[in-house]
Amino acid sequence: MNLEVLGIIVLWIFLFGYVIVASIDFGAGFFNAYSLLTNKSHILSNIIQRYLSPVWEVTNVFLVFFFVGIVGFFPQTAFYYGTVLLVPVSIAIILLAVRGSYYAFESYGSRGHKGYAFAYGVSGLLIPSSLSVVLTISEGGFVDIIDDLPQLDFWALFTSPLTWSIVLLSIASVLYISAVFLTWYAWKAQDWEAHELMRKYALIWAGPLIFMAVAIIIQMQQHNPDRFRNMISIWPMFGISATLFLMTVWLIWKKRGLGLSVGLLILQFLFAFFAYGISHYPYLLYPHLTIYEGFTNQEMAISLVIAFIAGLCLLIPSLYLLFRLFLFNKEYVTGNQKDFHA
Amino acid sequence: MNESAVFWSRMLTELTLSFHIIYATIGVGVPLMIMIAQWVGMKNNDEHYILLARRITRGFVITVAVGVVTGTAIGLQLSLLWPNFMRLAGQVIALPLFMETFAFFFEAIFLGIYLYTWDRFDNQTKHMLLLIPVAIGASMSAVFITVVNSFMNTPQGFELVNGELVNIQPLVAMFNPSMPTKVAHVLASAYMTSAFLLASIAAFRLLKGSNHIYYKKSLFLMMKLGLIFSIATAVIGDFSGKFLAEYQPEKLAAAEWHFETEEAASLILLGFMDQEENIKLAIRIPYALSILAHGNPMAEVIGLNEFPEDEIPPLYIHYLFNIMVFIGMFMTLVSILYVAGVWRGWQFIKKVWFRWLTVLGGPLSIIAIETGWWLAEVGRQPWILRGYMRTAQGATTSEHVDMMFILFCILYIVLGIGSIVVLSRMYRANPIEQEIQDRMAEVEGGVR
Repeated sequence: MNLEVLGIIVLWIFLFGYVIVASIDFGAGFFNAYSLLTNKSHILSNIIQRYLSPVWEVTNVFLVFFFVGIVGFFPQTAFYYGTVLLVPVSIAIILLAVRGSYYAFESYGSRGHKGYAFAYGVSGLLIPSSLSVVLTISEGGFVDIIDDLPQLDFWALFTSPLTWSIVLLSIASVLYISAVFLTWYAWKAQDWEAHELMRKYALIWAGPLIFMAVAIIIQMQQHNPDRFRNMISIWPMFGISATLFLMTVWLIWKKRGLGLSVGLLILQFLFAFFAYGISHYPYLLYPHLTIYEGFTNQEMAISLVIAFIAGLCLLIPSLYLLFRLFLFNKEYVTGNQKDFHA
Repeated sequence: MNESAVFWSRMLTELTLSFHIIYATIGVGVPLMIMIAQWVGMKNNDEHYILLARRITRGFVITVAVGVVTGTAIGLQLSLLWPNFMRLAGQVIALPLFMETFAFFFEAIFLGIYLYTWDRFDNQTKHMLLLIPVAIGASMSAVFITVVNSFMNTPQGFELVNGELVNIQPLVAMFNPSMPTKVAHVLASAYMTSAFLLASIAAFRLLKGSNHIYYKKSLFLMMKLGLIFSIATAVIGDFSGKFLAEYQPEKLAAAEWHFETEEAASLILLGFMDQEENIKLAIRIPYALSILAHGNPMAEVIGLNEFPEDEIPPLYIHYLFNIMVFIGMFMTLVSILYVAGVWRGWQFIKKVWFRWLTVLGGPLSIIAIETGWWLAEVGRQPWILRGYMRTAQGATTSEHVDMMFILFCILYIVLGIGSIVVLSRMYRANPIEQEIQDRMAEVEGGVR
């Protein structure tokens, strides 16, 4: 394997990590807001607070890691994407900033403002929408190189059905991932009311998720036949993903093996995410930039890989400790423990 | 090149950095203060210091949150606003940027654990040890980011042949000439500012009627720490002067309004410059500039006239430099008087006017941090990568930067006000007297 491919795999893994942990976070915020609207907030707020509080900062780091990493391994992306993404990414930053800081304000400062909870819930859907636009742009057809400078065609982007399909898929995924995870988490916390409610949401959002995923593949045929052929050529991976999806839904339907269902969910998205990534190879921005043209020099690549391995040696034990103390700690999850907050 | 995009890119970067640096400085310095307070509390078995650590931690989380989100903003803005710069520099200096995310990741994990495990472990020391990775992670983040900044000032570790970068050495780029002084100055000044901010809060509470021993202990501890770090900052500042004279003489000369190359150069303090570049009302200290630059009163100091007109930084950085230095000296003096006063039993340090000086120290230290960074950044102009790329060449060509500037302005106003309101509400709702009472009740309840 060459360094280019190694670099993009590492980054893709981190982006995948972000997609999963951020989806849980974004979806939880949305369900929380929705339950306030329907006067069911007492059911969800505890469980959501307990999961989110110690880990929210960690979520953000996955994203930072991805974009710092991609500029490190592929400095040309700073030029291409940096130039065209000013507006959508700035909006995403502002939403992330409001969301992240107000989460801290609310949970560590003063509690219980309704308007805030709605803003928090809505931002959880707007952020994935604005970030998913980056994937749409990478599919090609929206960026022209004029006088050696990349230019984004906003009009084409906003009128393309593909853009909106990807936005809808990102929202459906966020809600589905979050609902499945919280179904399990509530079950583990022995909060049966919350468990039932989340199970219902998980089953509801399974439909739109698979519908949008199929719709996008069909649209690709029109939008970019070249990319469509690539996607079809690795159909077994998408097939595995679909099978895992059906198994997850079945488990949740039958209320069996909920821990397993979260595992299958993650695998489902892993397969779909990597199938998509592989079909995108070798392009970073179709058709202008490939991972080979955009790559940094050998010396930098090697030192980044070494730093990455050293970093992982530090992080994996730390993350294990974090999860052991909170996510997988029965006493903590069920809330039987005293409050040890500072 | 798009002139307006260049202008607004500079404005937006300055805005984000100026806002972020307040929270970043607190983020770097305060974990050390929490650690020292908790350690002092455990060593002396004094519940007050442990409570101090605990109360600072609660507020710290709020500032960290704003630091994180604004840090994410500047991280992305580097590529959004300076795509040409990042494309070039990214090939040489991506390593410390990458390592910074690890340092921050490390800090974030342990801060989460520390925050949610007060009294969860039977052994208090175990809990305190969690702060070590927090403090190391926070300080290392500052180190790595400052390394990137120092590279912009004294780039090395590559060769430019026909517009292509060759012979790239990432470690040589990291350990560039301005790195040691810059990193040390940033760290020491962050610790100093954090200590004076916390001292300022304690002094304010004492002025506002509380006479609790908790605040007196807090004030004395923070003034001692502030004194140590302000002396360290001054010493490192002197090294920075010597570094500049050697590697970035135009920056030093502009900050000092030193035009003619001469031996036994005098230092210009304060003063104003009129339209014809005449210096008025300035204090000239003979030989001082030569001492600052080379440690030798007779040494030759290079003047601005040696440089082409379009390669010298704006002369207003002299004011920024003076503000920073005067605040530093002022705070060293205030803390010396206070610490000596406590030891010698001087009464004036308990007077209202002296308490107000201490209160002033918090905001003043922040101003010193701001002016210091403006000096560092404006003093590097017209370069973004000194000697290789001008700021205007690095900027984006996008049309919408001015609009983004307005949006981010609103964001920072909201975050700034929000964080202040939340912090003051948080401490007002749970004053120290109340918390000590609650703790006592808890402990007694446990005994029964």
